[in-house]
Amino acid sequence: MAGFNKIKITPPRWLLAELTYACPLQCPYCSNPVDYAKYQAELSTEDWKRVLSQARKMGAVQLGFSGGEPLTRKDLTELVKHARDLGYYSNLITSGYGLTEEKIIRLKDAGLDHIQISIQASTQELNDHIAGTTSFRHKKEVAHLIKKHGYPMVLCVVIHRENIHQMPQILDMAENLNADYLELANTQYYGWAHANRDLLLPTKEQFEEAEQTAQAFKEKVAGKMKIYYVVPDFYEDRPKACMNGWGTTFLTIAPDGVALPCHSARDLPGLDCPSVNEYSIEEIWNDSKAFNFFRGYEWMKEPCRSCDEKEKDFGGCRCQAYLLTGDMYNADPVCSKSLDHSVVQQAIESAKISATLSATEKPLIFRNSKNSRNMV
Amino acid sequence: MHRLQWEEVQQKDIILYPEGMVELNQSSAEILKLCDGTRSLDQIVSELELKFATTGLKNDITAFLEIALKNGWIQQN
Ligand code: SF4
Ligand code: SF4
Repeated sequence: MAGFNKIKITPPRWLLAELTYACPLQCPYCSNPVDYAKYQAELSTEDWKRVLSQARKMGAVQLGFSGGEPLTRKDLTELVKHARDLGYYSNLITSGYGLTEEKIIRLKDAGLDHIQISIQASTQELNDHIAGTTSFRHKKEVAHLIKKHGYPMVLCVVIHRENIHQMPQILDMAENLNADYLELANTQYYGWAHANRDLLLPTKEQFEEAEQTAQAFKEKVAGKMKIYYVVPDFYEDRPKACMNGWGTTFLTIAPDGVALPCHSARDLPGLDCPSVNEYSIEEIWNDSKAFNFFRGYEWMKEPCRSCDEKEKDFGGCRCQAYLLTGDMYNADPVCSKSLDHSVVQQAIESAKISATLSATEKPLIFRNSKNSRNMV
Repeated sequence: MHRLQWEEVQQKDIILYPEGMVELNQSSAEILKLCDGTRSLDQIVSELELKFATTGLKNDITAFLEIALKNGWIQQN
C-alpha cells in the first residue's frame, strides 16, 4: 500500500507553542488535557528557541504563544524576540492575568505582533466565577493598555450555557474596549469542556438567539471590528474541517515538548506522539507515525471513505470521533451521515436534564491541579 | 495591523494579521507592494502595465483593491 500513492506533504504554517500548563485561572472549559497535572516537565528556553528555528525553517510563520498562561514563563520576552528575528508573526494568547503596562511595552519592543485576551463574561460576578479567580477589572484594564500601546487586539469570549444570555452585553463590551477582532468561541467539547459538557452545552434555541444577535452586530460593526465566530458543531449536520486536514498546516508543541498534530491528540491511543527532545521538527513533521496517521484519505472507514464531501471536511475531528464513539477512525458523529450521530442527540438531551439540577447536585469541575489529579 | 512578507519555503508573498494569513498570487502581491501611500490608482495601473508590457489592467486592479480594502489589507485616505 505504501509508496504507491505517496501523499504530498505540505509545510507547516501554524505553530502553537504551549509554553506551560501553569495557569492562575480555572476555566471549566479549558482545552488543556484533564490530566495535565501529570505533565510537569517544561522545555527550557534553549529548547524552545531550537523548536522555533526549526519550525520556521520548515515554513511555519504564524506563531501562537499559549498555554496555560504563557505569561507565567519568565523567558517569554526572550522567546518573542527570537521569534521576531526569525520572521514569525507572533500572537500572545493570554488571560491577561499578570500582564502589566511595563510587560506590554517590553513585549512590544521585543517584536510581539498581536495580543489575544480572553474575558469570561460581561459582568464581574460571572467572569470571576467562571475564571475561578478575581480577574474581571484587571482584564479590562489590560485590554485598554493593549490598545494604548498600539497592538491589534482580539477579544476572545468562550460561549457556553452560563454566559450565552449575556451575548448583547458581551458585544457592547467588545465595542467599548475597542477590540479589533472579537472571537466568539462557542465551546468545543474537549479536555475540561468535555468533562463539564452537561453544564456547558446550551440548548439549540439559546444558540440560535445568540447567533442572530451576533450576526446583527457583525453587520453593524462591519469595517470597524471583525468577528470570528466559532460554530457550535453539535448543532450542525456536518463536522468542521478539523485542523485544515491532519498534518497539513498545524503543529502544536505541548509544554513538555511532545509534538501534536492537534492540541487534543495527546488523548488518542497508539499515536506515539514524538517529542522535540528526541527528534527535529523536520523528522516529526515528515516522518513520524503521529503526523502521518490521518494524512490523506486511506485511513477512512465508511461512510467517509466513499463520501463525496471528504475533501471538504476530512471526516471531521479525530478527537471528537474518539471521545464520542470510542473509535478514532469513525466519522465525526456530528455528521448526520455518521452511524453514531445519535450520541450527539443524547449529549444534547443529557445537558437539558442537567440544566434542571442545582449547583450542589451537579457542580462544575474547575480546571486546577487538585481536580486534575483526581480525574486520572 | 497587516504585514506583507515573502516566504522562502512557499515561494510566495503572504499577508499576516492576528491569527490568520492569506497567500497571495504573484499579481496580487505586485499590486499590494505598490500600495505604499504615495501612488494613486492610475499610477499603480500604469506602472504595472509598463512592467508586464500589457494594457487594460485597470478593472482587474480595481476589483482586487476593493477586496484588499474590505479585508483591511490596505487603507484609503
Ligand atoms: S482556558 Fe482558562 S484555565 Fe485554561 S489555560 Fe486558558 S485561562 Fe487558563
Ligand atoms: S460522511 Fe464523513 S466525509 Fe462525508 S460529510 Fe460526513 S464526516 Fe464528512
